[in-house]
Amino acid sequence: MPKLLRQPAWLVLPAILLLVVALGYPLLQVVIRSFTDPEPGLGNYTWFFSRPVNMTVFWRTFEVAGWVTVLCLVLGYPYAWLMTAVGPNMRLLLILCVLVPFWVSGVVRTLAWVILLQDSGVINKVIMALGFEKVRLIRTQTGVIIGMTQVLLPFMIMPLYAVMRGIDLRLVQAARSLGARPVLAFLQVYLPLSLPGVFGGAVIVFILGLGFYITPALLGGPRATMLSTLAQQQVLQQLNWGKGGAMGVILLASTLVLLAIAARFTRRRYQISGGSK
Amino acid sequence: MDAKHRGAAVDIRDVTKTYGTFTALDKVSLQIEAGQFMTFLGPSGSGKTTTLNVIAGFTDLTAGEILIGERSVGNLPAHKRNVGVVFQHYALFPHMTVAGNVEYPLKLRKLPKADRARRVAAALAMVHLTDFAHRYPAELSGGQQQRVALARAMVFDPPLLLMDEPLGALDKKLREWLQLEIKRIHRELGTTFVYVTHDQEEALALSDRIAVFNKGRIEQVGSGRDLYERPETLFVGRFIGESTVLTGAHETRGDETAIKVGDQWVGIPGRPAGAGPQALLLRPERITLARPGTGAVAGTNRLPARVTEAIYLGSGVKYEVTLADGTRGIARMTLADDHFALGDPVEVAWQKHEARLLADDGSSLAAQSGEDK
Amino acid sequence: MTRLQRILIWIFCAGVALWLVAPTLVIVPISFAEKKSLAFPPDGFSLQWYANILNSPDWSGSIVSSLKIAAIVAVVATVIGTLAAMGLAKMKAGPGGILRAILITPMIVPGVVLAIGIYAVYLDHQMVGTLVGYVLAHSMLAIPFVIIAVGASLAVFDTRLETAAASLGASRITTFFTVTLPLIAPGILSGLLFAFVTSFDEVIVALFINSPTLKTLPVQIFASMTRDSDPTVAAVGTLIFVLTSFTIAVGLWLGTRRRRS
Repeated sequence: MPKLLRQPAWLVLPAILLLVVALGYPLLQVVIRSFTDPEPGLGNYTWFFSRPVNMTVFWRTFEVAGWVTVLCLVLGYPYAWLMTAVGPNMRLLLILCVLVPFWVSGVVRTLAWVILLQDSGVINKVIMALGFEKVRLIRTQTGVIIGMTQVLLPFMIMPLYAVMRGIDLRLVQAARSLGARPVLAFLQVYLPLSLPGVFGGAVIVFILGLGFYITPALLGGPRATMLSTLAQQQVLQQLNWGKGGAMGVILLASTLVLLAIAARFTRRRYQISGGSK
Repeated sequence: MDAKHRGAAVDIRDVTKTYGTFTALDKVSLQIEAGQFMTFLGPSGSGKTTTLNVIAGFTDLTAGEILIGERSVGNLPAHKRNVGVVFQHYALFPHMTVAGNVEYPLKLRKLPKADRARRVAAALAMVHLTDFAHRYPAELSGGQQQRVALARAMVFDPPLLLMDEPLGALDKKLREWLQLEIKRIHRELGTTFVYVTHDQEEALALSDRIAVFNKGRIEQVGSGRDLYERPETLFVGRFIGESTVLTGAHETRGDETAIKVGDQWVGIPGRPAGAGPQALLLRPERITLARPGTGAVAGTNRLPARVTEAIYLGSGVKYEVTLADGTRGIARMTLADDHFALGDPVEVAWQKHEARLLADDGSSLAAQSGEDK
Repeated sequence: MTRLQRILIWIFCAGVALWLVAPTLVIVPISFAEKKSLAFPPDGFSLQWYANILNSPDWSGSIVSSLKIAAIVAVVATVIGTLAAMGLAKMKAGPGGILRAILITPMIVPGVVLAIGIYAVYLDHQMVGTLVGYVLAHSMLAIPFVIIAVGASLAVFDTRLETAAASLGASRITTFFTVTLPLIAPGILSGLLFAFVTSFDEVIVALFINSPTLKTLPVQIFASMTRDSDPTVAAVGTLIFVLTSFTIAVGLWLGTRRRRS
């Protein structure tokens, strides 16, 4: 076999071709249309940023993704810790509880939330049975956040668990033996060591949250629209390819900027830890 | 493994291997006779494993030629060379049983089933693993795994068997026992063996001939005895066995060469080796330690020294002495000889013709003491 | 840690586990409802919604389409992704790292942006609502999962075994099928499963490129949920839930059994 044909790059070629055809070319189309439809120029972008409605949706998207990230962290951190602290059988059960919803279709899980959160749903029945006022959950931002947090929680727990599993617990014991109180030992030793997992999980959840479509579309109403839904409506309902495309480009750009910042942060962290050795 | 058969001769001609600007092998030439047990000995990075990989076909050569038997194999891919290889880390297939591993090369050669079973049984019997045929590699000890690897490498009757530090990962006791096993198998098979090691004792114990590698070249090829008693370079002298090396200015005096050690001259018959600095190499058995001023004999050199270490070896005593110029010397004495205590002043004496005069190639002391192991 | 703190963490995590698993279970009773309503708890008992899955061409058709597309995607993405993962494993760190990052991008591009682009391209090339269209888009989306799964297997694969196989007389192809493939099979299998599920669950792109003649199950569920309160959705959801749980359970059981043997 000639040397050129033995290059490993050939094995990657089919995948790259598929990506160019099904990802690169379509994305290029989105960008092109955002600048040319209906006429060449920045019209679609000035339209987007000049309309208060759009800006409300834009900031709401970030707000929702932020809340979901924080909630996932609060719920996922102790859970991931417990996964590292129990015996193998209990751990299997805990992992199963994370994996099962992970595998069950997102649409189906959102359906369950529609049933639970609807005005005559289980949660409201409980609230009313306790003697409180009926709360509006479906088609509200709160409902969207509740649903998204549940759907995205596995994406937070998995990276957290992966990092925590590698933390040497003897370090915490060492801190304790040196006189640190438990809270202090946690804050000064365990928490910093688990930060890569916190960071990784937070970035994944936030980015997935920004682009989330199903849950906001089904659980949120007009008052809880997110950027994805807005872009979809522009293209499918109003046939405004340019405006929808511009929203898509803005969403994509936000994601990439965020990733770039995240990459910078992780790199700097590594440099600090490398320098202190 | 049917009848005893002769192995193939190997002819390595001017083989060069470069990686970018780094020369791993520099025009290496070597003839290995059919059925011989040849060992490649040298420190890590000396080119011995690269040479083995080139013979096996795992590494392309940059220039030169290799013949196995009558066949030039330079352009032949590894799987067509019909050469058995035993790796340091066993490289057993974890998803196959012991029998499955050994049968693998026979399946590739499309042997009939009954034939395969018979050969697998014979190969496993040869390494005493008949009872382990249906175990998986993960269930075996390191020594057992290496014996499976050996059985797998020889079951298809390759005319040449290559072994790359096969015992490197095992402990000393096991290593010594497996050395005997390998020697027995070599005798029974008659195959040509090429064995790579950095352990000179292992090389001496196993080999018919040893090629000493250093910096991508072969320094010397010969029997263990040749290399020990008649090293051709200082590197070989230091790498094989223990030695005392004296260096200093030299001049020719008649048919003798004299070397200045500290402020004293010692003589050795013969001309200097080359034009550069000279070194004098002495084996521990050739040195006699004497109380200062006693028993001077004509034709001997004597240098004052002090005993810095005495190690009881059972069969004798090994003394470490420090000469006046700071050189470390080693002498081995029998129990019947005079006994010395630490700090005793002594005279290091040897017969002039029992030293060896070599060009001082600046080879390190680490090689002498075997500290690079 | 005090006893009390321990108990509190246990209660907290039990709550989280419940919140992860329990909400989805409400669809089970709904699927047996007697009336056409998604109210919980449902009244009465009937199997009519399960029967409806079979009787309604909208439901049965979309299930068949989804299974067919997911099966093809699983094979296509696994083959292409496995080749790519093997190439990446053999490449030098620099260019390999860049290529790897590029191949993972489908995971981070927001679904709607992709869907708009793919819809635009498919409209231009008459691919909306075609099998090829679905397979192309879903395979692209599934490739990162295959690369990650197979890559993880290859990372622990000892390449010296390939050298050993060559020394025993195996050609590259034979080595791949007798040594490499069996040893990275768990990674390939999980890549296959991931690819299948990615396609079977995918909804955003499918919402854009579906046609009345070819639409997938998630699109049908989505449409049904936005249109009316048809418990057939719950019946379908229950079936998916039971099947996936069963698959995971079997997988875990096989995994632990193998580890013990």
